[in-house]
Amino acid sequence: MLELKDVRKTFNPGTVNEKTALNGMNLKLEAGDFVTVIGGNGAGKSTTLNAIAGTWFVDEGTITIDGKDVTKLPEYKRAVYLGRVFQDPMTGTAASMQIEENLALAARRGQHRGLRAGITSAERDEYREKLKILDLGLEDRLTAKVGLLSGGQRQALTLLMATLKEPKILLLDEHTAALDPKTAAKVLEATERIIEKDRLTTLMITHNMKDAIAYGNRLIMMHEGHIIYDVRGEEKKSLHVKDLLQKFEEASGSEFANDRVMLNK
Amino acid sequence: MNIMNLISALPGAAAQGLIWGIMAIGVYITFKLLDLADLTVDGTMCTGGAVCIMLMLNGWSAGPALLVAFAAGLLAGLVTGVLHTTFGIPAILAGILTQLGLYSINLRIMDNKANQAINVDKYDLLISLRYIKNVPVYKNTILIVAVILLILIALLYWFFGTEIGAAIRATGANLHMSRAQGINTDVTKILGLMLSNGIVAFASGLYAQYQGFADINAGRGAIVIGLAAVIIAEVLFGKLGKNFALKLGFVALGGVVYYLVLQLVLWLGLNANDLKLVSATIVAFFLALPRIKDRKKGVADNA
Ligand SMILES: Nc1ncnc2c1ncn2[C@@H]1O[C@H](COP(=O)(O)OP(=O)(O)OP(=O)(O)O)[C@@H](O)[C@H]1O
Ligand SMILES: [Mg+2]
Repeated sequence: MLELKDVRKTFNPGTVNEKTALNGMNLKLEAGDFVTVIGGNGAGKSTTLNAIAGTWFVDEGTITIDGKDVTKLPEYKRAVYLGRVFQDPMTGTAASMQIEENLALAARRGQHRGLRAGITSAERDEYREKLKILDLGLEDRLTAKVGLLSGGQRQALTLLMATLKEPKILLLDEHTAALDPKTAAKVLEATERIIEKDRLTTLMITHNMKDAIAYGNRLIMMHEGHIIYDVRGEEKKSLHVKDLLQKFEEASGSEFANDRVMLNK
Repeated sequence: MNIMNLISALPGAAAQGLIWGIMAIGVYITFKLLDLADLTVDGTMCTGGAVCIMLMLNGWSAGPALLVAFAAGLLAGLVTGVLHTTFGIPAILAGILTQLGLYSINLRIMDNKANQAINVDKYDLLISLRYIKNVPVYKNTILIVAVILLILIALLYWFFGTEIGAAIRATGANLHMSRAQGINTDVTKILGLMLSNGIVAFASGLYAQYQGFADINAGRGAIVIGLAAVIIAEVLFGKLGKNFALKLGFVALGGVVYYLVLQLVLWLGLNANDLKLVSATIVAFFLALPRIKDRKKGVADNA
């Protein structure tokens, strides 16, 4: 479903700020894989998702989605295949537009946008039903500006937008990190429900090691721009946080450092 | 300072204000919807009039001439849009470059004359400063401009509700999200800049007819007048409604208020040239307002 082959990316080459963020990144996902991604600060997790999404072009390597080489495809064209939720709740929605307008924009991902109505009344009914599933009371506020919503509500809405039109791959970049624990749990629950319902192929970065173990069928650990540990199935399920920390020290020769990571068991 | 002088000047001020209100709606599209400051309009506010007057002097009637003026504006916006998106030139600079280039083009259009007059008695002008008083209602310039304004607002209301219109608004609201939703934001920015400059050039064509001449300096400082109207609309009428059509109407009214204030200032004895300083100061003040408010809040928070 997704394949990254020897992907490399260096930011600001030839300057004092030169930073190799992806250094021989290889990854292959089967359809229906739900992969959690962990790693220290600056390991290249977000950069990996950005490379897949086409935020910029990679220096070397190829990216294939569903058999199609997208390495040279601009971001807006790749959007056809991808649903994305970002860490910052501000990033995924247009604050000055209504809830229903945001959803209508997402419903047209990958379609030609012409002079037809930007939203139809049939769509409104559909959105109302889908918002009910989130259980945040948004179904009664279709015409409210998104800027009025809380961070959790915005993330849940972004999640719905990302999956409204079934993506080939769902990319989640610490999408609950900015939320309070209770809201984070709720959004994560909704995430799992949606992923399971449509059996979506998913990459989910998380700073919560426990979540990384509990969710999905596969876990990868990144360090210095590539994968240093890849585990799946029963072996993954039986992991503990201390196992992960140990694996990290073995593979990297250093201590796990991430200021946001939660080590609580 | 005869009050009657002021009162008799008001209808003309209202007509000019409405025409500049149309121009301000063009500015609103880039400045508010797309979140771009586009200085091309200082050029297109001359181009539209030049095109319109020259065509009419060559026997065209007002309607088609205005449409060609609109098209010329679209082209100018296209140039700025391509400079900005395809070639990555910052929007302000791209606008300045197009504006500068337009100066030469505008002169060419006007047969290398700085001014081209059109005689209201010989040509069938759609509007004119002579059609303000003592004309049949259907020929009244204020009425005609008001009707054009309403049609324009209705069209824009429809357009920004379509898929592509919504995509343009999304681009201004959140570029990142727009791309993630598959919107080609280069195209939407170009379309927005084209539409904006088309409307400005159309207003320019109206203004040239109103004054009875096209002038190479017609667009000087136009962006500031447009911004002033947008800002006046926000400050005076912002609380009266959130509906998009209403907002566009308020922007046009902002233009009227601007021209009424201008009349007042002239009547008080300042001359028209002093007004540029007054408008620049007012616009600078209102653009700075959010920051000034933040500072005050900061002081209050620290206390
Ligand atoms: N657009 C960019 N320009 C310059 N440097 C960048 C850019 N994006 C990422 N980097 C750098 O690349 C490295 C990898 O960053 P990345 O955001 O992928 O880390 P991460 O694994 O997501 O870490 P975190 O857990 O802190 O989010 C970092 O050193 C970062 O500073
Ligand atoms: Mg990150």
